[in-house]
Amino acid sequence: MKSNMMTVMKKELRRFFTDRRMVLTTLLMPGLMIYLLYSLMGQGFASQSSDSEDFKAKIQVMSLSDNMRFWLDQDSLPVEFTEISGEQEKEKALEALGNQDSEYHLVVCFPENFDQLITEYEVSSGLPAPMVEVYYNSSNTDSQSAYRIVTELLNSYESAMANKFDVNVGGEYDLASEEDISAQVFSMMVPMLMMAFLFSGCMAIAPESIAGEKERGTIATLLVTPLKRSHLAMGKVISLSIIAILSGLSSFLGMMLSLPKLMGDGELINANVYGMQDYLMLLLVILSTVLVIVALVSIVSAFAKNVKEATGWVTPIMIVSMLLGVTSMVESLCKTEPVWFFIPLYNSVQCMNAIFSLNTDMVNIAVTVAANICYAGIGVVVLTKMFDSEKVMFSK
Amino acid sequence: MKELLQVRDLKKTFKISAKQQKIQKTKEKVKVAVNHLTFTAYQGEVFGLLGSNGAGKTTTLRMMASLITPDEGDVLVDGTSVAKDPAKVRSKIGFLTSELKLEEFFTPNYLFDFFAELHGVEKGTAEKRKQKLFDKFQISEFAEVKVANLSTGMKQKVSLVISIVHDPDIIIFDEPTNGLDVLTAKVVTDFLLELKAQGKTIVVSTHIFSLIEKICDRVGIIIDGSMAVCDTLENLTKDKSLEEKFFDIYAERAGESYEK
Ligand SMILES: Nc1ncnc2c1ncn2[C@@H]1O[C@H](COP(=O)(O)OP(=O)(O)O)[C@@H](O)[C@H]1O
Ligand SMILES: [Mg+2]
Repeated sequence: MKSNMMTVMKKELRRFFTDRRMVLTTLLMPGLMIYLLYSLMGQGFASQSSDSEDFKAKIQVMSLSDNMRFWLDQDSLPVEFTEISGEQEKEKALEALGNQDSEYHLVVCFPENFDQLITEYEVSSGLPAPMVEVYYNSSNTDSQSAYRIVTELLNSYESAMANKFDVNVGGEYDLASEEDISAQVFSMMVPMLMMAFLFSGCMAIAPESIAGEKERGTIATLLVTPLKRSHLAMGKVISLSIIAILSGLSSFLGMMLSLPKLMGDGELINANVYGMQDYLMLLLVILSTVLVIVALVSIVSAFAKNVKEATGWVTPIMIVSMLLGVTSMVESLCKTEPVWFFIPLYNSVQCMNAIFSLNTDMVNIAVTVAANICYAGIGVVVLTKMFDSEKVMFSK
Repeated sequence: MKELLQVRDLKKTFKISAKQQKIQKTKEKVKVAVNHLTFTAYQGEVFGLLGSNGAGKTTTLRMMASLITPDEGDVLVDGTSVAKDPAKVRSKIGFLTSELKLEEFFTPNYLFDFFAELHGVEKGTAEKRKQKLFDKFQISEFAEVKVANLSTGMKQKVSLVISIVHDPDIIIFDEPTNGLDVLTAKVVTDFLLELKAQGKTIVVSTHIFSLIEKICDRVGIIIDGSMAVCDTLENLTKDKSLEEKFFDIYAERAGESYEK
């Protein structure tokens, strides 16, 4: 009678998919909402960045050589520069830029005797080329624009000079403090949002399907048939997971499609920083998280006398998981040792956080996915026991 | 005659929650709902459990249907022990109580197929049976209407039909005519007689004397969870009507507990 599990699943899925309201609120809305939200946010960012025609990059330049001065002085270049000299002035300029209280967008440092170095440098010698440093602050959109303009200019000058010097090779030139970078902001926000979306998708269906059936006495009708309790539990959890995963996928898709817009189509940070592998990891984490959440919400729903009680009990759990989502914003709470990734929900948040900040750790993701699948399995066993318990199913 | 249903020394106590204690105005922490109950239903007969509200009828039938487990005792359903093989018992009986509801979102047609599938009824057989039962209970024209939009009587008829999708030989109905209008009640009563004529073994619980008189061969009067009398209807109603007999026994019992 293994097919009875399929029969239950078919019924559950039919219940869901033939209900237009349910499909709309759990499948279409989340994706659409995220898409619209991110697209709007992205537009907001885009309109902030001053990429207009008459934008001029205001830069501070150190050790400007005569040739470069002559070249930069052309009126047609969108660059205004001020010269500085000495390590002390450089330090001060860098600090101001880093703290975002500089009137300049960039600090550019040439090596001493730049013209001479270039003339003497042989490309074929294999020695490192003279290097130009361009410091910027990615959390400031003007600094970003200026950085693009100036590196482009320098690169064209470089090719004109037959590759006799380099711009920004190795090292850290982005002076934005880490917390400032927009990607960091998203790695903080998205885990919390994603947890909220997954939970609400689950809350829309699981309490209804378990506490609701109990409340309305329809589950008792199932229990008088030869249907095995374990088949009922598995059928429920699997079909609910399918729906919740689709709901999660909807959010995920909405996010994938709107992330580039959010990132301003390469204005702030190129969306391409997230590769296919990152998305795949994210998907895996989301799938395993959905299983855990479905199992959790199902068990709570089975304990509850009715849907209202079930949603009442699930709400604090959802709030806790959103609070766990906030841990991605507090660096001291972002653990990287694999052992922390055995903690359900927290592990999902931290994995998403790591993926979005491009610090993906395969071991942690593997631990998360494996642990989550285990928890979901335990959940199914517990749920089976509950369906078998008259105290739970027929309590007065 | 074959002893198809043997209820042996059943006992069931419920813990009463603080909330229930208030509602029932009692300080007792436990309630003995069924107290060492024993009876037998023979093949092809209709057995009636007669008792007032709260006597323990539903609890007894639930234990027979393996929905809840007895504290003590056992039920043998056609030789199968409820305690040992509840799943097999469930496949042998048709069980109907007013608390078993159908999902309102679905149609009678879909629900019949769904439960037939759960019972492992072959598709063709199920289809034929569905036509016959739907016609008999005039469900056919509502077959594609969601249960939510059916009248109470129609819902009850659909529930009844679905409780016997697998054409069980043993049928256990808890207060089958409760809350039905007279016309539907008659349809149900007539159907029970028809099932009896087919040789099915039937147990019904009720507090309605006339129903017992109309369909039962044997009656068990249950008071406070214990079997007060269990005999054939014929023997019970030799000198008095069933109703008079019931109140006699009730008074006797009450006196007994009063003396204690
Ligand atoms: N799940 C339960 N929890 C607590 N008490 C119960 C439960 N089920 C039944 N009872 C109590 O057991 C007694 C018998 O109930 P029941 O079998 O429903 O009676 P009947 O069906 O004859 O009206 C009642 O006093 C009822 O309150
Ligand atoms: Mg009852």
